[in-house]
Amino acid sequence: MRSRFDEQLEVLNKKMTQMGGECESIIALSVKALLDGCTEDAERAKENGGKIDEMEKEIESICLKLLLQQQPVARDLRVISAALKMITDMERIGDQAEDIADIIIYLGGRTGKECRDIRYMAQATIKMVNDSIDAYVNRDLELARSVVAYDDVVDDAFVRVKQKLITMIAENSANGEYAIDLLIIAKYFERIGDHAVNIAQWVEFSVTGIHDE
Amino acid sequence: MSYIVTTEKLNLWYGETHALKDINISIPKNSITALIGPSGCGKSTFLRTLNRMNDLIQNVSTQGKIIYNGQDIFDKNVDVNELRRNVGMVFQKPNPFPMSIYDNIAYGPRTHGITNRARLDELVEESLRGAAIWDEVKDRLKKNALGLSGGQQQRICIARALAVKPEVLLMDEPTSALDPISTSRIEELILNLKEKYTIIIVTHNMQQAVRISDNTAFFLLGELIEFGETEKVFSYPKDKRTEDYITGRFG
Repeated sequence: MRSRFDEQLEVLNKKMTQMGGECESIIALSVKALLDGCTEDAERAKENGGKIDEMEKEIESICLKLLLQQQPVARDLRVISAALKMITDMERIGDQAEDIADIIIYLGGRTGKECRDIRYMAQATIKMVNDSIDAYVNRDLELARSVVAYDDVVDDAFVRVKQKLITMIAENSANGEYAIDLLIIAKYFERIGDHAVNIAQWVEFSVTGIHDE
Repeated sequence: MSYIVTTEKLNLWYGETHALKDINISIPKNSITALIGPSGCGKSTFLRTLNRMNDLIQNVSTQGKIIYNGQDIFDKNVDVNELRRNVGMVFQKPNPFPMSIYDNIAYGPRTHGITNRARLDELVEESLRGAAIWDEVKDRLKKNALGLSGGQQQRICIARALAVKPEVLLMDEPTSALDPISTSRIEELILNLKEKYTIIIVTHNMQQAVRISDNTAFFLLGELIEFGETEKVFSYPKDKRTEDYITGRFG
């Protein structure tokens, strides 16, 4: 019985890694769409969002089946309940990347290149999502904690983006709408960072049994 | 929190075999304590020691103390019959006596000298109600208890244990021979009994331990490995051996 259960948990790990990978690629795609002013990439990002929603449902049903069949306790219970919470945050990451893509479609080809920190935020959140899923699969507490700490990098970059955009509007008020669109995009990246932190905190719970808010 | 039973460095041997090793545990009053562990780990031996049922087995020797109501139950002054009245037992297989339902319940009170018919009637009804079986048997109290279903027989045995007004009820896998419906009735009954009694139950059913017990004790090879709140033991056990056992990784 135990070996079958272990196989099922292995499948869960694989699916979680795949869903994490989808989250990373949708963030990468949305930032690429922004920097290249490419609406096709933005459309692709929106399609990928649908894939993430499907994965959420699939993992959810794996977890419910495991709860029902195996009636897990201790570490098994924590691993499965953490997965159920984590996929909600991953799904939200997908939604926010889609929201970014939506805005890009209406930017009219402008690329946000004035704001290099947005790209930096995107890279930082990709790293955070990647590390938090790796931490989950490898039960790596240190890595999970480093994700939580890394959120400061994203928050600092957001503050710099905001200042840059204020200057941009002050210099030429015609940039107002564009600057606000970029600010919303930056805010979405900042939120993606927060979701990665949530994921990392559930990883911490799955290892230690303690969940920090 | 007040404790009803506390053991201090309790050791037990069956001849040469060291079956319980330095058990220190305090059982809170009006709580349900589940004893879990693989077969042969000492949990049933521990349970039987609490009302000195092991005295009936040859070659058993014990060391250490079991403090019940402030007194060591191994003390020479202790009346073993009185101890067993206070600390009752329900076994794995329902074992009603081959006599009427009424006489099964009245058996204990009668041996303790109660002969008044009205008093016995009262005790029988009270005990059967306490064991949640009164409504099912009230019209056939004179019928033989062996004619009842397994689940009903087990509740008769619980009623029989309640009839002598114990403080503690020891239960050795009381539902392992029962179907899911009878099991759930007995579990519900145990939860209700907690108000008046302290219950210590041996179970091989992990989910049962999770469902009904307040505290769980994990035994392995005669040692008490872990004892704590059930929710904690089953969500974040402190000892790796507990984790391995409850998640089925053992052996």
